[in-house]
Amino acid sequence: MATKKMRKATGSLLEFACLLSALLVLLALCLILYYIFRRGIGAINIPFLISLPTPVGEPGGGIGNALIGSALMVALGSLLAIPFGIAAAIYLDQNPRTRLAAATRFANRVLTGVPSLIIGLFVFTVLVLRTGNYSALAGGIALAVMMIPVITLSAEEMLRLVPGSLREASLALGASKKQTVLMLILPAATGGLVVGIMLAVALAAGQTAPVLLTALTSRFWLENLNQTSASLPVLIYNYASSPFPDWQEQAWGAALVLVATILILNVTAQLFVVLRNRRH
Amino acid sequence: MTQSIAVENLSVWFGRHQVLKNVSLHARPKEVTALIGPSGCGKTTLLRCINRLHDLYSNATIHGKITVGTQNILDANVDPVELRRRVGMIFQKPNPFPHLSIFENVAAGLRLHGLACGRAATERVEACLRKAALWEEVKDSLNRPGIMLSGGQQQRLCIARALAIEPTVFLMDEPCASLDPVSTMRIEELIKELREDYTVIIVTHNMQQAARISQQTAFVLNGELVEAGPTAEMFIAAKDDRTEAYLTGQMG
Amino acid sequence: MAATEQPTRPQNGEGVFPYFTAAAAVLILLLTGSILLVVLWGAWPAWQAFGPAFLTTSIWDPVQNLYGAIPAVFGTLITSLLALALAGPLGIGTAIFLSELAPPWLKKPASFTVELLAAVPSVVFGLWGLFVLAPWFRVGPGQFLEDNLGFLPLFQGPSLGIGVLTAGLVLAMMILPTITAISREVIRAVPQELREAMFALGSTRWEMIAKVVLPTSKVGITGALLLGLGRSLGEAIAVTMVIGNANLIPASLLAPAQTIASLIVNEFPEAFDLQLSALLLLGLLLFIITLAVNMVAVWLVHRTAQGIPSSKEKRRGKKLTPRRCLGDGH
Repeated sequence: MATKKMRKATGSLLEFACLLSALLVLLALCLILYYIFRRGIGAINIPFLISLPTPVGEPGGGIGNALIGSALMVALGSLLAIPFGIAAAIYLDQNPRTRLAAATRFANRVLTGVPSLIIGLFVFTVLVLRTGNYSALAGGIALAVMMIPVITLSAEEMLRLVPGSLREASLALGASKKQTVLMLILPAATGGLVVGIMLAVALAAGQTAPVLLTALTSRFWLENLNQTSASLPVLIYNYASSPFPDWQEQAWGAALVLVATILILNVTAQLFVVLRNRRH
Repeated sequence: MTQSIAVENLSVWFGRHQVLKNVSLHARPKEVTALIGPSGCGKTTLLRCINRLHDLYSNATIHGKITVGTQNILDANVDPVELRRRVGMIFQKPNPFPHLSIFENVAAGLRLHGLACGRAATERVEACLRKAALWEEVKDSLNRPGIMLSGGQQQRLCIARALAIEPTVFLMDEPCASLDPVSTMRIEELIKELREDYTVIIVTHNMQQAARISQQTAFVLNGELVEAGPTAEMFIAAKDDRTEAYLTGQMG
Repeated sequence: MAATEQPTRPQNGEGVFPYFTAAAAVLILLLTGSILLVVLWGAWPAWQAFGPAFLTTSIWDPVQNLYGAIPAVFGTLITSLLALALAGPLGIGTAIFLSELAPPWLKKPASFTVELLAAVPSVVFGLWGLFVLAPWFRVGPGQFLEDNLGFLPLFQGPSLGIGVLTAGLVLAMMILPTITAISREVIRAVPQELREAMFALGSTRWEMIAKVVLPTSKVGITGALLLGLGRSLGEAIAVTMVIGNANLIPASLLAPAQTIASLIVNEFPEAFDLQLSALLLLGLLLFIITLAVNMVAVWLVHRTAQGIPSSKEKRRGKKLTPRRCLGDGH
């Protein structure tokens, strides 16, 4: 049976091609992590993490203000996006079939697909052009716009996982809808909500374009939210584009800090999910 | 050219959990053998050993011997692909390929093995659909998706699909479990006809069904074959108390 | 009507809570709408100045205040399509490997790694592209193409390292996790019964994949590819870092070029008036393109994730008939 041999050979060949592509993809992606670690680790030490950048040629200098700036803008973004996103998710969960719910879901989906650059342009036009200055506040708002759809989507998903029997039990006890949501559904879904928030924070922390267009950058400590602010991604972008070797070196160091933070957030979130699934 | 199936001392483990213990069973040609027993007793596992579907899942360990015709199909050098061509299988839930038309569903096996093409394939598909008692209902809509048929029609389509590759034996895993009584009747009629040409092993939850269509019945409990014998005898006077209890509805 | 509802309101203790959550939902709607409107509004002066000619001219000259979209649009499309051509087959192959072929112990960790890499920020991909990929590409594959295929206009030298092809490569790396992860999800949604049905007919593993898995999941895989495309079209920073930022239609794949996003990133800090408006018009264009690609993609992925296409009626029907009670004990 030559044809049967042919069938098997073709199959093996194509399966081998799949294996090769998987190896290539994993190798290439791991290579990125490897380079970031290898080239970044040398630049990192305590002074690097806590000091201000120095002018070109001067030794030392660090990413202290960029770390603070990033942290503050992400915190500001979260502060705006979390209540907003969860409230919207509660609405979608409680009124799944209204016209507003359908429209909001659609808008949310659109929002997830909007390139971050466009969101930067939007906040730039609305805030920066209007007030005449770049600011950490504008940066935080841009990040909030990035985070809202992520949080809303995941929160709606998580709320939906709370079983209907639990809701009915609560309503049957005479609790109002509000009480049911606040005392029962939200606590029951907390784990899932936290996971969604962590992923949104990780997403926001890595954004360059929206921050560059709204908070610009700065070589000083952030003193108030109306100032321009440094941030890790923008610092990496600026330093990498510069012709100075010690800045490029620092870009790798900053990249390692950024990637480590984001990956830790993601891995923790995934572990959360795995542990929760195991418990149920 | 139907072949008998002989299972000897078959033991199966999923991981560390033993699901079949030393099972032996002989299914004769031109007979329907019914496997009955409570859910999770291992009857489906037994069935799936016969076309080595467990090979797809790496956690299964299988010991023993299964002879289809004259060949021990558990032997390492038996090609499961070749084996499955000789063994037709009908699943619990009708599973026509959703992306294929009624015609192409039946022709899928033919194309796979290069058995027939062109006019020969058309004739073969028609013959199989006729044999599966579906031809009259679908002859005008052969190009519609198989998934558009009713549940009972889908199951008959699956039988036609299996007939097309000319198996020597038929395995059926609760083929009527998801069907309504009328469809069930039609499938049962079909099984009675298939018996003329094939060795049939059928897993069923429905004891009346076993009584209606099978010549031999085997009762499986917790991975053990409690007893096997002519259906008529077993339903009148089971040898084992456990069989008696199950048949009279005091168990499972 | 309001009068009949009123007496119950104070008792059920809902207060403003429902209004608050509804307001949040409305705000999302307004936010999305206002993004579109603001960009539209900002782009209006440029549209008035150039009209449709904006889309058909290739001059971008801030000194003379003349703007045309062709080089940037061309650069965007060519880099993204390159990325898709590279990442598409690789991503699908990887997804098939991860869902159908890999030994069980490998499936989860490998899939997890791929998904994790989707979280790496674009600026880091850009950094890697600029300092690791580009120098290697310049002396390696780039030089090779220049030497051996340089007679083709497509691969005309000099090999600079940065340029269209490098940008395509970096984008491919960035969309690989997306394409792989979503394709894998879609493939995993193919019911196991269908796989077993094909095996039971005597198919080899590859025949099962080619005749059952891929046909039933092709719609969703197309969606995954489009989501990847959407991501690469809108990507700004990584591309800006490796494309060379030359605002002209590139002569070859080794030459520098510009995309919509990189042009905006490069020019917005010094831009005002008409130039700014032209950039916003480009942004609007990008918005519309990515929106269209993403909506189609989401629609396709959802269609397959919800089950095999056209089987919906059947599934609904099945819910009405409890399966067990008919097959059993009557």
